[in-house]
Amino acid sequence: MTKITKELVEEHGINKEEYKFILESLNREPTITELGIFSAMWSEHCSYKSSKTWLRKLPTKNNKVIQGPGENAGVIDLGDGDAAVFKMESHNHPSFIEPYQGAATGVGGIMRDVFTMGARPVALLNSIRFGDVSHSKTKHLLNGVVSGIGGYGNCMGVPTVGGEVEFNSCYNDNILVNAMCVGVAKIDKIFYSKATGIGNSVVYVGSKTGRDGIHGATMASAEFDDDSDEKRPTVQVGDPFAEKLLLEACLELMKKDVIIAIQDMGAAGLTSSAVEMASKGNVGIDLNLDFVPCRETKMSAYEIMLSESQERMLMIIEPNKEQEAKAVFDKWGLDFATIGILTDTNHLVINHHNELKAEIKLDILESGAPSYDRPYKITKENEFDQSLAKETNDLALKTLENLLNSPNLCSRKWVWEQYDHMVMNDTVLRPGGDAAIVRVHGTNKGLAISADSTPRYCSADPIEGGRQVIAESWRNITSVGAMPIAITDCMNFGNPEKEDIMGQFAGVVTGMIEACEILDYPVVSGNVSLYNETNGKGINPTPAIGGVGLIDDLDHFSTPFIKRENDNIFLVGETNGYLGQSIYAKEILNITSGLPPRVDLKSEKEIGNVVRDLININKIDTVHDVSDGGFLVALAEMSISGNIGVKINLDKENLNDKFLFGEDQGRYIISVSDGLASEVTKILDDKGIFFQKIGKTGGKKLIINDHEEAAIETLKKIHENWFNNYLEE
Amino acid sequence: MKVSIVVFPGSNCDRDIAVSLKKFSNKDPFMVWHKETSLPDSDLIVLPGGFSYGDYLRCGSMAANSPIMKEVKKSSEKGSAILGICNGFQILTESGLLPGTLIRNQGLSFLCKNTPLKVQNNNSIFTKNYKKNDIINIPIAHNEGNYFASETVIEEIEDKNLIAFRYCDHNGDIDLKTNPNGSRNNIAGIINENGNVLGMMPHPERATDKSAGLTDGENFFTSIVESLT
Repeated sequence: MTKITKELVEEHGINKEEYKFILESLNREPTITELGIFSAMWSEHCSYKSSKTWLRKLPTKNNKVIQGPGENAGVIDLGDGDAAVFKMESHNHPSFIEPYQGAATGVGGIMRDVFTMGARPVALLNSIRFGDVSHSKTKHLLNGVVSGIGGYGNCMGVPTVGGEVEFNSCYNDNILVNAMCVGVAKIDKIFYSKATGIGNSVVYVGSKTGRDGIHGATMASAEFDDDSDEKRPTVQVGDPFAEKLLLEACLELMKKDVIIAIQDMGAAGLTSSAVEMASKGNVGIDLNLDFVPCRETKMSAYEIMLSESQERMLMIIEPNKEQEAKAVFDKWGLDFATIGILTDTNHLVINHHNELKAEIKLDILESGAPSYDRPYKITKENEFDQSLAKETNDLALKTLENLLNSPNLCSRKWVWEQYDHMVMNDTVLRPGGDAAIVRVHGTNKGLAISADSTPRYCSADPIEGGRQVIAESWRNITSVGAMPIAITDCMNFGNPEKEDIMGQFAGVVTGMIEACEILDYPVVSGNVSLYNETNGKGINPTPAIGGVGLIDDLDHFSTPFIKRENDNIFLVGETNGYLGQSIYAKEILNITSGLPPRVDLKSEKEIGNVVRDLININKIDTVHDVSDGGFLVALAEMSISGNIGVKINLDKENLNDKFLFGEDQGRYIISVSDGLASEVTKILDDKGIFFQKIGKTGGKKLIINDHEEAAIETLKKIHENWFNNYLEE
Repeated sequence: MKVSIVVFPGSNCDRDIAVSLKKFSNKDPFMVWHKETSLPDSDLIVLPGGFSYGDYLRCGSMAANSPIMKEVKKSSEKGSAILGICNGFQILTESGLLPGTLIRNQGLSFLCKNTPLKVQNNNSIFTKNYKKNDIINIPIAHNEGNYFASETVIEEIEDKNLIAFRYCDHNGDIDLKTNPNGSRNNIAGIINENGNVLGMMPHPERATDKSAGLTDGENFFTSIVESLT
């Protein structure tokens, strides 16, 4: 038997107090298998020990929420008996070590979280963040991550419909890969993970277990150092073909009345699924590892319990229904093995080769898990010096070109053309808009989905940044004409044991709470990824927000593409020209300090509601939210994507870089057909919404006050060629 | 019109093509599992897009050896219409029902986008409702869509007018610049000499939906329904 030394305990990421608690609770020394189980269950990744005191404060309910956090994914009501099931999750550390497999298995994992609940995945999105474009690893990581995401999603036949890509030196040695999946299910056919029925069978289905990914959850909860490359064996390897079969087999079995509970084996594999399922049902669970299908020989109990081999599920079914269930998995050529039984002991009991390998009271693992109220200090930047902005001097379009050709504002087409964004044939609005629209199959309803974060705002002012990420997600969903319903959050931060990092977390969550409440936009699922640091330097706080909204009638929605000549361009919402933390400040002024723009949540809601109404009553069909890069960048994007020019007429006082490139929040550009302009004007006036008439569509040029002009074709080339140029360098 | 759609493990456009065919024929197709050893009586057999057997070994090669493919070949000899889209096209070349092969895209990455096609042969049951040289916008989504065959085969399919569609640009120009994947002679789809087998990389089933902005695939489906009903 392996002797449990002090070093071994440390290697498992268990601190002195935690180990003392284990000894007291067991009243003996743990076995190596037990130590591995504690280590996985109490890792930051599985236990949320640093974050849960804060996460508990987030709003999680509104009248559309069916299931909030705590299940495999969140569930919301779409009406007519339909539900959307969704979640976002990080796969940061594995993707840095092995970008293709790390990203691929991130996508695979998040899909299992969704179809384990009985939903067919209908859309994937990704928030991916890389280091500076000049960093030696960036190209390799970008290529690997993008092809990994495509490789898995394309093969599964689930469209990747949106997401975001950012480059920033803070991610040089710690990239972020956050994958989101949305599925659709019938409300009365949703499956949960609560194991019930003493004597029921614990069934393992899917791929075989190997040694891949052992201690992935612990790795994901530790800081990286220069030796991280040596951790390669802990990265899982994905097999999307096996997952496609698993998806079809699970959904086929779910049509029958067989499954009592089901959960995928994700982080911490069989350990976390067995423990979580039994704990939720308040039952005990006995496992005999001799029956676990293994693809490698001589695997120990420790290895089997902690393997993170992909494409596996754990189910609870009645013993007399095993044959019926097995027939389905046989058809799809997948393993099906009864590996245990539910008991009334409230213990996790593990046997292997006729030896007792672990016996732990489930309470100790779950509710006994540590929870830390870590000390924190919220800091923020100073006010930005607005006088640093330049007059345009008839160079506004030159500045625009520079911004469109910058890594964080250029078109992401190179990325999303590598993803099948159309399979399933329900993609109504493809990548490149504010939110993707995916039809609820067989209906005229549409899901609007977006993934957003603005880490530089969160870094400069965590509370304001927290407000902004929620507001921007809500605004993006609103821009296509959908009613925002709920979000999933993927919280990527540095080491929470440092006061200022914990302050970032506390601040961002505080801001999010306020915005979620005011906008009635609760959190229904999510994931926390801490310790995103390398050699002591943390990433920008990055709360990636996956928003979901509903369009009741797909006869009315909007897109950012300008559709007609002679439309009127309105800028809705107030422009103060605030440049702090703008892309303009970084790219043109080379200043990254200063406070971010403020979000007025009350007016955000008022303006958004009016814009959405205008779309729904069919008065406008062309809307784009103004975010990164400001007004002129947003307008150029509308013009480029619609291939129609715009002639802008600005008052002299607005003819400056502040107005054109400031990132004031709560703004939309709408393009209103001439015949409806007076009606739209009246509605906006009646509702007291501030707006400015900025110009007219037409021609093939962007023209500013007859002084400056640029051909749309030229802007399009600049906008779309950045990635190709970068990768060919 | 009776339609059978073969479902291989890893097929993922089976539902999409079923929905499109039903939309135009008003009849539910039969979904036939690849392990079956007989086919329902069918006027049209479809090999759908996807990643049969995970594209392992070589795209389409394992599916080409599935039990059902013996029956598909027999039906083809009897003159049933056979349509292979994307992975289905790969399976058709792997099983010898169409000449040539589909190799990795020239740019070495998966490509999903709208692609203009020029209708070359509009005398087939699949294309009769298009005009010759029509430029139609149909999406592609593949990693191995680069059509390759020996010079002799290429000459033969050119001479016999067996090219159904070629990649082009919005003006109809066919050259290297308008070729998304490196296919010989910009070939996007071919038919066999009998005119009953069509293989194509682009997805016409993704171009029949006004709200998603593409409708150029409609003539494809009306051609099939009119020809086979």
